[in-house]
Amino acid sequence: MLVWQILIDGFAISALYALGATGFTLIFGVSGVLNLSHGAIMVASAVAAWAIAGSLHAGAYASALGGMAVGVVLAFATYFIAVRPIQRSRRIAEAEKEIFILTTTLLWGIILQEAVAYFFTSNAKTVLPIVEGVVRVLGVRTPSNEFFTALICWVAIGLLWLLVNKTRHGKEVLAASMNPRGVTLLGIELSRIHIAVWLVYGVLASLAGVLLGMFLGVSSYSVGPLTASAFSIVVLGGLGSVSGSLVAAYVVGYLETLTAYLISPAYRTIPALLLLVVVMYLRPQGLFGRR
Amino acid sequence: MRSVLRVSPLPLATLVVLLLGVSLPFVSSGYVLGLLTVAFYTAVFAMSWDLLFGFAGEVNFGPTFLIGLGAYTAGILDARLAPHVAIWVCVLAGAVMAVVGGVLLALPALRVRGPYFGLVTLVAVLILQNVVVVFASLTGGEIGLSVPDVMSISASTNYWIAFGFMVVSGAVLFGLSRSPIGLVLEASGQDAVQAGALGFNVAKHKLFAFIVSAFFSGLAGALMVFYMGTASVSTFIDISVGVQIIIAAVLGGRRTVIGAAIGAVFLIGMGELLRPLGELATLLVSVMALFVVLFFPDGFLGMLQGRSRGG
Repeated sequence: MLVWQILIDGFAISALYALGATGFTLIFGVSGVLNLSHGAIMVASAVAAWAIAGSLHAGAYASALGGMAVGVVLAFATYFIAVRPIQRSRRIAEAEKEIFILTTTLLWGIILQEAVAYFFTSNAKTVLPIVEGVVRVLGVRTPSNEFFTALICWVAIGLLWLLVNKTRHGKEVLAASMNPRGVTLLGIELSRIHIAVWLVYGVLASLAGVLLGMFLGVSSYSVGPLTASAFSIVVLGGLGSVSGSLVAAYVVGYLETLTAYLISPAYRTIPALLLLVVVMYLRPQGLFGRR
Repeated sequence: MRSVLRVSPLPLATLVVLLLGVSLPFVSSGYVLGLLTVAFYTAVFAMSWDLLFGFAGEVNFGPTFLIGLGAYTAGILDARLAPHVAIWVCVLAGAVMAVVGGVLLALPALRVRGPYFGLVTLVAVLILQNVVVVFASLTGGEIGLSVPDVMSISASTNYWIAFGFMVVSGAVLFGLSRSPIGLVLEASGQDAVQAGALGFNVAKHKLFAFIVSAFFSGLAGALMVFYMGTASVSTFIDISVGVQIIIAAVLGGRRTVIGAAIGAVFLIGMGELLRPLGELATLLVSVMALFVVLFFPDGFLGMLQGRSRGG
């Protein structure tokens, strides 16, 4: 009974983590940017979906799509406000751009978080779920929404895989992550690829945010923990390795669920943090990372 | 005549700021003094962070790991053994504990780089935060730890202690950054391999930077506990506190040490000025900080230097 409960809950949570981390790692792989406003974009999309449902009386699908549209716009805003000016700046030394982008995306994330808190209060909000009701599976009463979440996450990840590996544009993105200079020599504009990647990122992050809002609910306080969890999953799996992030998401998700059910929900995040420290000491490039 | 005019304005400015700082309690209200006391401790946090990041080039997201260790060690010692242990013993113990934490943090820094190390420091903060919450009987948990002793109940005395501490720490850190050690640190921060090839022991210098940074962070944290009379996660450990320290240092100007102090005083002062706006305050301060980082990447001090160079 408990075993199945842990397996099912852990699966859904991990799928959500995986989806959130995929976009994060994609951006890093292609443009070397660690986007610390990640959690803020997720929360803002979920809150937008909630607000659209509340004020316009839109249906579940419409509000979810509206929330995602807001998330995509915010992802572009992140790129054009906090990332591109730094990448193009001549006054900042090349070696320091990384820390500058970390600082600006962090600040941008705080701005989004505070804007959400100011206009929509910092209370927890639950997005109107698309699927309602409860099903019994293997003797465990589970909200249907949990299965729906896991399903959508995996469909999205599968589509991303197809996009990257099977289409021409996807292959360009893949090539850009391996060797940006080589791609430019082939006559492909790197800035176009960056914009495409941020678009994909916006879709993935906002989808993860909206699903999280339906599943567990969000508030402006979740911004920091969400960014931190995406960051740690991505590093645990190896920066830039999408498959590594997927495995790491499941390791972290199940570790947290196991701890919450078997020990105490208060200790939920501790084992994953300790694991991360151990991996950093023994294998700094992450589980599947190449240096 | 010309040589007199050419004298760098820096020593004069320093003297004026020192005199103004020392004499402020005679003209100012307790409210302003209390605000500045906190700002001065934050300034030490930011200056210590600048030594690690600006010079040693270590992306440290966890300044509050060191600060929290110092603050909680001092606070717990005092809360447990109150009348038998003098305040300064507790403060010193806090600083020592922070140095131990600094060495622990330096170990991965010598192995992993850039974002990886950044994550290790972030995780260190999260673990410390969890430890404080889990061992609530010892640490006061999420409610906070109240400390029986305070340094002084006079706002002026507290202000002078904080000001003196900031000036001394600032002088030591600034002097260190302008010394040969600072140059080696800067070189290893920019290109560790080349610095090593020139015969400098990069690992030793970085370890030293961690120890110095941890010492001052821990000391400042411990002193601040005895100013506030309480230690809580939200004032000493939370990630947002660390973020504020980083913003202060970058805003003031990296690699300047003094800029970090200016940034900290500006941030705290601005936060207080805008307080009537409620939640908008943090929003506006962040917008301002983003603006400065984007358009004046060298911070306040960079703006001044750029102007004097241009004019």
